[in-house]
Amino acid sequence: MNEAFLQTFWISIKLASLTTIILFCVGIPIAYFLTYSSFRLKVVLQAFVSMPLVLPPSVLGFYLLLAFSPNFWFGNFFNHYLNIRLAFSFTGILIGSVIFNLPFMVNSIQTGFSNLPVSLKDASFTLGKSRMTTIRRVLLPNIKPALLTGVCLTFAHTIGEFGVILMIGGNIPGKTRVASLAVYDEVQALNFNLANKYALFLCGFSFLILLVIYGVNREFLKWKRF
Amino acid sequence: MEEILIELHLCKKIHTSEGDETLDVKIEIPRLGFITLFGQSGVGKTTLLRMIAGLTQPDSGFIKVGTEVWFDSIHKINIKPQYRNIGFVFQDYSLFPNMTVKEHLLYASQDKETSYISELLDVFHLKGLCNRKPGRLSGGQQQRLAVARALARKPQILLLDEPLSALDSETRQSLQHEIIQAHTNFQATTLLVSHDINEVYRLSDFVYVIENGKIQEQGKPGEVFNGTKIKPDIHLIGYIVGIENNILTVSVKNTIKKIIITCDELANLQINDKILIKESA
Repeated sequence: MNEAFLQTFWISIKLASLTTIILFCVGIPIAYFLTYSSFRLKVVLQAFVSMPLVLPPSVLGFYLLLAFSPNFWFGNFFNHYLNIRLAFSFTGILIGSVIFNLPFMVNSIQTGFSNLPVSLKDASFTLGKSRMTTIRRVLLPNIKPALLTGVCLTFAHTIGEFGVILMIGGNIPGKTRVASLAVYDEVQALNFNLANKYALFLCGFSFLILLVIYGVNREFLKWKRF
Repeated sequence: MEEILIELHLCKKIHTSEGDETLDVKIEIPRLGFITLFGQSGVGKTTLLRMIAGLTQPDSGFIKVGTEVWFDSIHKINIKPQYRNIGFVFQDYSLFPNMTVKEHLLYASQDKETSYISELLDVFHLKGLCNRKPGRLSGGQQQRLAVARALARKPQILLLDEPLSALDSETRQSLQHEIIQAHTNFQATTLLVSHDINEVYRLSDFVYVIENGKIQEQGKPGEVFNGTKIKPDIHLIGYIVGIENNILTVSVKNTIKKIIITCDELANLQINDKILIKESA
């Protein structure tokens, strides 16, 4: 196995892991708010969160690219104050994939929360427990399957991401070139053998992750019965 | 004169089966009292309990507990449920599926005092079930755990929302006894919501009857339910288990009743028939 091959996969996995960790931390508060808040305009937030599900990745990538440009305040802020160039960089594709995968994490956790009886949260409150303690000790432990689904879906989906990363990452080997882009690239170069290698790896990987989700969730459901 | 612990006057618009209605209730509860809110389902009893706990916000009114104000719509005071020293037993128990019996009590207890926790385990017969999760407890055991958990915080006020409605009559009897015991042992002023006259009579020392969003009657259970005040007819449904001459033997809710009937009536009846008995109270 050559070095470029491994490097490309390493970038894919690094990107997917970081995206998943960031979204896990961000997704829980957003999902909590979307489930329990009585705020009237929360549907607007809900719609925003789900946008990447229906938007063509190229559209999202296009706008992110504009936002990342040093001529725009967002890109300018990163460039000027943090000295980070977002367009065609790893940080750039990380931000893009966090936004793009938001619905996969948030919707999974939100489904978990809304399947719990509301009175669990109420009961914990009447025992004098704060919102944080309630989330940590009561709500999250009871939605483990939903958390696992969110984590695995986000991870797997980032591995398979194509359009957004192509738009904002620019397919730079060793920096922003991920496995899904490599398949496309090798096909373009008529390198079918290598393309097949990447593609096979991605197939196996995706299958493995789905297997884990369904396998572990089955175990969780079994525990619940006792 | 007994000391008043809770004084409240609350208004809240609620949706009932007969359309929107305004719940407008004024109640005083003496320290260490055992008070019941009695009424048919859907009249807003649970809403009232939730408002006291701070889980539902009233439209207007006030709640005063001792010298503290928990809610006051005029002065815009609304203390969070976490800071109201209450124990709430939910109708569906709301136990945490991820915690064992002991973990429930440890989670709820603020000072983690082990002697108090083991006393709770004792009183509610949960000692042998310490390491079980709610999924492996019977209905009665779950109910006991729900009350024990509510008491673990050493609440000033215990709020019980139809805690026994889902249980069979035998379990209910023994739990009523435990609730009385807990009330005296742990010295919590108790407010029970119920629509079961038996239970109200046995447990409480004062009753508020809620109807059409208002307190219609109040007094000691004996005064409120003295026959003239409850509906004149009691309807029982039973099954005929024996027919002898003109005496019917009927089984009603596990008790046997004998009824004398006329020969004409007898002609249409046979064993295992389901019948409706009207009794005057």
